[in-house]
Amino acid sequence: MSDPHGAVRIGVYTCHCGTNIAATVDVKALAQFAATLPHVVLSRDYKYMCSDPGQELIRQDIRDHDLNRIVVASCSPHLHEHTFRTALKVGGLNPYYFHMVNIREQASWVHVDKAQATRKAQDLVCAAVRRVAFHQPLERGRVAIHPDVLVLGGGIAGIHAALTLANAGKHVFLVEKEPTIGGHMAKFDKTFPTLDCAACILTPKMSAVRSHPNITLWTYSEVTRVDGYVGNYKATVLRHPRYVDEDLCAGCLECLDACVYKQAKVPDEFNMRLSKRKPIYIPFPQAVPQVPVIDPETCIQFKSGKCKKTCIEACGDRHAINLHAEPEIEEIEVGTVILATGFQTFDAARIPYYGYGKYPNVYTALEVERLVNASGPTGGEVILRDGRKPQTVAIVHCVGSRDENTHRWCSRVCCMYSLKLAHLIKEHTGAEIFNFYIDMRTPGKGFEEFYQKLLNERVHFIRGRVAEVTDWELDPSEEGKLVIRAEDTLAGFVRRIPVDMVVLATGLEPRADAPEVRRIFNISCASEGFFLERHPKLAPVNTFTDGIFLAGCCQGPKDIPDTVAQAGAAAAEALALIDAGYVETEPNTAHVEEAVCCGCKTCISMCPYRAISFVNEIHKSRVNEVLCKGCGTCVAACPSGAVRQHLFEDDEIFAEIEGVLSNA
Amino acid sequence: MASAYGYFPGCSLKGTGVAYEESLLELFRLLDLPLAELQDWNCCGATSYMSIDESSAFQLSARNLALAHKASHADLLAPCSACYLVLRKAQDYMQKYPQVAREMDPWGNGNLRVLNQIRVRHPLEVLFTDVGPDRLRQKVVRRWHGGNVACYYGCQMVRPYAEADRDHDPVRMDELLEAVGVPTVDWSLKTKCCGGSLTGTAHPVGVRLNYILLKEAARKGAQAIVTVCPLCQYNLDAYQSEIRRDTGQRFDMPILYFTQILGWALGGGYKSLGFRRAVAGRKTIAQWFAPARTEKEAYV
Repeated sequence: MSDPHGAVRIGVYTCHCGTNIAATVDVKALAQFAATLPHVVLSRDYKYMCSDPGQELIRQDIRDHDLNRIVVASCSPHLHEHTFRTALKVGGLNPYYFHMVNIREQASWVHVDKAQATRKAQDLVCAAVRRVAFHQPLERGRVAIHPDVLVLGGGIAGIHAALTLANAGKHVFLVEKEPTIGGHMAKFDKTFPTLDCAACILTPKMSAVRSHPNITLWTYSEVTRVDGYVGNYKATVLRHPRYVDEDLCAGCLECLDACVYKQAKVPDEFNMRLSKRKPIYIPFPQAVPQVPVIDPETCIQFKSGKCKKTCIEACGDRHAINLHAEPEIEEIEVGTVILATGFQTFDAARIPYYGYGKYPNVYTALEVERLVNASGPTGGEVILRDGRKPQTVAIVHCVGSRDENTHRWCSRVCCMYSLKLAHLIKEHTGAEIFNFYIDMRTPGKGFEEFYQKLLNERVHFIRGRVAEVTDWELDPSEEGKLVIRAEDTLAGFVRRIPVDMVVLATGLEPRADAPEVRRIFNISCASEGFFLERHPKLAPVNTFTDGIFLAGCCQGPKDIPDTVAQAGAAAAEALALIDAGYVETEPNTAHVEEAVCCGCKTCISMCPYRAISFVNEIHKSRVNEVLCKGCGTCVAACPSGAVRQHLFEDDEIFAEIEGVLSNA
Repeated sequence: MASAYGYFPGCSLKGTGVAYEESLLELFRLLDLPLAELQDWNCCGATSYMSIDESSAFQLSARNLALAHKASHADLLAPCSACYLVLRKAQDYMQKYPQVAREMDPWGNGNLRVLNQIRVRHPLEVLFTDVGPDRLRQKVVRRWHGGNVACYYGCQMVRPYAEADRDHDPVRMDELLEAVGVPTVDWSLKTKCCGGSLTGTAHPVGVRLNYILLKEAARKGAQAIVTVCPLCQYNLDAYQSEIRRDTGQRFDMPILYFTQILGWALGGGYKSLGFRRAVAGRKTIAQWFAPARTEKEAYV
């Protein structure tokens, strides 16, 4: 073979990885084989190539033997490609004169026959040696990071992330869809397992958000478009009109009293429709911002134009109410994004045999949260829709969780919130309470102790998924009651338990608008629809889009402590990027040979990262190397071969194929 | 006119459930919907076969489906819920499990895919989708003067294949009956067990399940139960005197087929709708459906 590369001098290093590789691949034979390959000047095997002495071997050999290409046969590039590239750099070589062969995950770990595993390792090394001869020196790029952060979602996750960043001196745009921040947590009465008051720990943080100089809070708003890339995102925020000017309103709420509706008539969303509100309303007393909102769907002025507009009269000289307010569009530039869009609870009506929506005394857990809450629709009294106080209550676990017919996952919080509700209902009513569970899942600090406490409070626990909630009665003792039928799997028979009230512990599911958020931010989801983290263990708050982080239940069901921890982690990841000031980009990106490009735009439609744009003036495609992830889709798709990719040039790939096939 | 629906009667509609066949044929005649009975049909494979030897059950189904294909039926109506279920199950399983497909066609020379193209349908679903409550309402010629009825769907028509109606809270029979002016009661046992073949094998258990249904229907104010399945109808109809003996409770409640009531509303004959074959509640049936002796029949 003639030598097109000048004096290519390759060093090949075979790693034993202790016995991980050496037990199944004959590493000595592999090293000897590598020494026979073209341009290979030196071939060694070593126990742990990733160790400091292992790396030093490479560095020393580069100097002593004048090596200019390195191949390491060891584990996955995911683990140590960076390690070895750094070793090359320290040794004075361009780090991209390197190729890594995975003979662990792709040979030793997946084969049992040593001879054949060794043979496969030889083929792979042969391919790498051929390919590395064609490698070119490449440089990593740098992108500056804009210091501002967009936090989407004003629940406890978004609030905590925003405050962490703001306290570190970064400017945060907190965008919330609802008229107030607080999210689901604001609806809770107490929190498990400590039973501290949810409002008492949440509302100070909500006020802090409102008054923090580094936070721009936009409620009743949504992000409609995002362009750009890590460090340089441009977001478009649509601010729905609340018809009460946030800057002018003093929060006196006189307009609420003045509304021509003397009685509230509209189902109150915050109270799970268990009470009524007026067309001009504030979701709850501690709402942030403390500014009413007018619901045009129910306001007489919007519907007929014939209202006396007593709210405007009451507002007087402040002139905060503007019924002609229009939606506003805000364009912002941020460097990083934290998605904290949360969850929705499972729609219990999807399981007809639990009778939600059919029997008035079947409630969801979130409805009962409002009932036990002192600021809720009943002022904290647990009473049924007909005003009676329940004497027996059933709590049905796993409604919409761990169920092949609905959702297969465990929602993680339901066992614990069911315990909490059992305690609270008992405290409020003295009722006899039956929990129907599949397994009690109480793995958290103080959780099991809380379960024990409930057992001591003589709450009943029956192990068995509830078959149905029904009104058919077998004998007069069941008259007027709801009957729970469930197999008691510990006692081994079917129970019928008549109760006054049924609480369905509905699970957590991705929000209905999650696909829309994913589309806007270009992130992916797992099969169940929760946003996908980059790595379940090692990058749990990162996404596959650089600079976009996840916090809270949008990534998967979790309780408040875990949500806050994750929000802190997401904020820390954003801070790490911001304070570094820049990110380095991988050079394995695609680039368009403009002389060959015919402007057919095939590549643009194929690119999953929206990294390719069309330059109209020259009628050619152009790759944004910051956005490009090096997936190669456009390279394969280009009908004229105009798109090429660093580290995946044709000659490199063909050499690799030849290599893997040549060891016949 | 559309081509005829294939009609698979199964054993029940020729035996205990003959009133179902009579009323079904009469109703379809009144609606100008042609039915063509499958020639040389055999046992559907349900119940006894299914629980003892699944592959024989599926082979029996496969033959019936093959006959329907041969007769070029796009739709095959199976009024008995057990027949309906086993035919649907055979189709589903041959698609899902290669082993079942092999057993159905041990010679490997048949084209099983064509068997899956036949739409196995329950008459309730056919009447709901192909005719619909609105058209039925227009065709009503008799005004209802009977009492409230409870629509009882049983288990096999809706589970596991919720194609004929919703799986746990079916409503289509209620909607069709309401459309022809029959008041239905809402009750929670629409798909509870009728006792099935337990009335034969574990008699007290089967009869108790019957009793529960009758009692709850009565408690909810129903004076009759309307069914879609010959086994449900038979079970509920046949043991009322025994229940009376055991519990002292007298129901004497008519157990009707939905096709009988719809057929009556559309002007079908007392005899041709099979009303005289009922066991329980004969007096009520006579009051509600028998032709008035004097003139003044309640024609709309």
